[in-house]
Amino acid sequence: MSQLHLELSSVGIDFPTAKGPFCALQNVNLKVMKGEFVSLIGHSGCGKSTVLNIVAGLYKASLGGVMLNGREVNEPGPERAVVFQNHSLLPWLTAYQNVELGVKPVFKGKKTRAEMREWIEHNLELVHMTHALHKRPDELSGGMKQRVGIARALAMQPEVLLMDEPFGALDALTRAHLQDSLMEIQHSLGNTVIMITHDVDEAVLLSDRIVMMTNGPAATVGEILDVKLPRPRNRLALADDPEYNGYRSAVLRFLYEKQKKVEPIAAKRVEKSAAALVENKQVA
Amino acid sequence: MSVLSSTLAKFKIEKPSPAKLRDMVLGAFIPAVGLVFFLIFWQVGAQSIKTSLGTFPGPKEVLAQWGNLVDEHKTERKREADFYVRQTTRNAEALALDPKAEIRTRKFSGPPTFFDKIKTSLITVLSGFFLATFIAIPIGIVIGLSQSLYRAFNPIIQIFKPISPLAWLPLITLVVSSVYTSEDPMFQKSFIISLLTVTLCSLWPTMINTAVGVAGVSKDLVNVSRVLRLSWFTHVRKIVLPSSIPMMFTGLRLSLGIAWMVLIAAEMLAQNPGLGKFVWDEFQNGSSDSLGRICVAVLTIGLIGFFLDRTLLLIQGWVNWDKSAVVR
Repeated sequence: MSQLHLELSSVGIDFPTAKGPFCALQNVNLKVMKGEFVSLIGHSGCGKSTVLNIVAGLYKASLGGVMLNGREVNEPGPERAVVFQNHSLLPWLTAYQNVELGVKPVFKGKKTRAEMREWIEHNLELVHMTHALHKRPDELSGGMKQRVGIARALAMQPEVLLMDEPFGALDALTRAHLQDSLMEIQHSLGNTVIMITHDVDEAVLLSDRIVMMTNGPAATVGEILDVKLPRPRNRLALADDPEYNGYRSAVLRFLYEKQKKVEPIAAKRVEKSAAALVENKQVA
Repeated sequence: MSVLSSTLAKFKIEKPSPAKLRDMVLGAFIPAVGLVFFLIFWQVGAQSIKTSLGTFPGPKEVLAQWGNLVDEHKTERKREADFYVRQTTRNAEALALDPKAEIRTRKFSGPPTFFDKIKTSLITVLSGFFLATFIAIPIGIVIGLSQSLYRAFNPIIQIFKPISPLAWLPLITLVVSSVYTSEDPMFQKSFIISLLTVTLCSLWPTMINTAVGVAGVSKDLVNVSRVLRLSWFTHVRKIVLPSSIPMMFTGLRLSLGIAWMVLIAAEMLAQNPGLGKFVWDEFQNGSSDSLGRICVAVLTIGLIGFFLDRTLLLIQGWVNWDKSAVVR
């Protein structure tokens, strides 16, 4: 538990724009232990997703770098699985086939066909989706799609699970349900998790540590809050817990007092066009 | 009992609801009105056009010519059947007289009828179109995936796309004549020339639309593919192809439309025995029936073009993963 696993050291990234480079992140330092659950929280546009994408290997840091188990990561790899915000399932494949797509490249030659099938079904069982193995995403509800997305990530047997606002698009009840599932799964599998969230309750409930980010441009880690609530955690019991509420208000204070969002419209625009530019480059 | 009654209920013809009835009337009646007006306009208009071959044919004359063409086809088929019967009996008799007699079997060599020509045209256009598809889709995928390759190919595509089939024909004719020489050719030269002209002219829409469709694959799905570390081949097969199918079929439909239009012109000049040659021969023939027969050919060309497009739409419906997508 106390072993250094993932390290971001002075990570910075510049996006090229027409008016010269735009610095989205600067000097981001973070050390994550094995099996730790870390949330990234901050106002929208502060570069949380950019951090996650750098760890995932989808973006390349302009400065500094990411080390996983003592080795630098520059590109996507099977030891870091991503759960996307909008589930990103392939609409033409069933739940089973979507998971299979992730499993095949990882376990090719290591598992037989039957073992692979069993493994895929096992992972869909973890997220309680066995009843809809052969349904396509358009036949599933939003929560179910996200479950399949999580199963796809888990099935790659990653060391690090990267989640980009996984429950952001879901209604409150479904979200609570999935949060409980996620706690259970993480408890039994012991993956390291980095999760982006906008939801203060979600961050306090799920995390071992909450990383609060300052507003961009040149965003960086503002404060890190250790959440020392005992596990397993129960949302009902915690609702009236003074310690829980203490953590909660600490995060709220950071977000709404220290990093009060004053929105310079021009800066926001530059950031948007910068992100678009990077995306275009990646298409090429 | 209840099983019986429910089975019976299935066979009972339901009275259409008023809304359904209205839809049926609107769906069938209004197009019919349009058609009738067109026929009247044609009949009246045709009478006022005097050509060197007589009055321009109206719908009635064209219908009569259609009947003639069908009769000619039947007569020709009968002659063919008779020919083979005669040949078989003649050979049998020869063998009866002398078991060692030399038997000759010949193929019937009557002139191709209107319907034979339709068949030739369809075979030619489909061969040319398949060849074009076979070339255009792989190139489209490759240049859609790589911006640099797209930039390299784009000027070539843009320059070759607007070239008329009539400009290609002399070149293709000369090249085929010098390259495709064989004592016993599998295909006629005119077929090869028409086919290649069709291919060259119908390549481009499929190629461009495939490339655009491939380049437009959702960013999120491309990221999924990168995170799952799919191989290039799996990426193309599982992500690129399914998401670019609608664009690809738009291209294929444009290509097939062009292919069919080009074919008629190519057949006229290359003398491939299809509908294009039929029109040209009738024009050269210049009898009083010619105009009517050309009109039959023109309408046939239109109808076949329409059916080709519908067929492609049907195939798109089968191939597309999204069965709820409305294709038109």
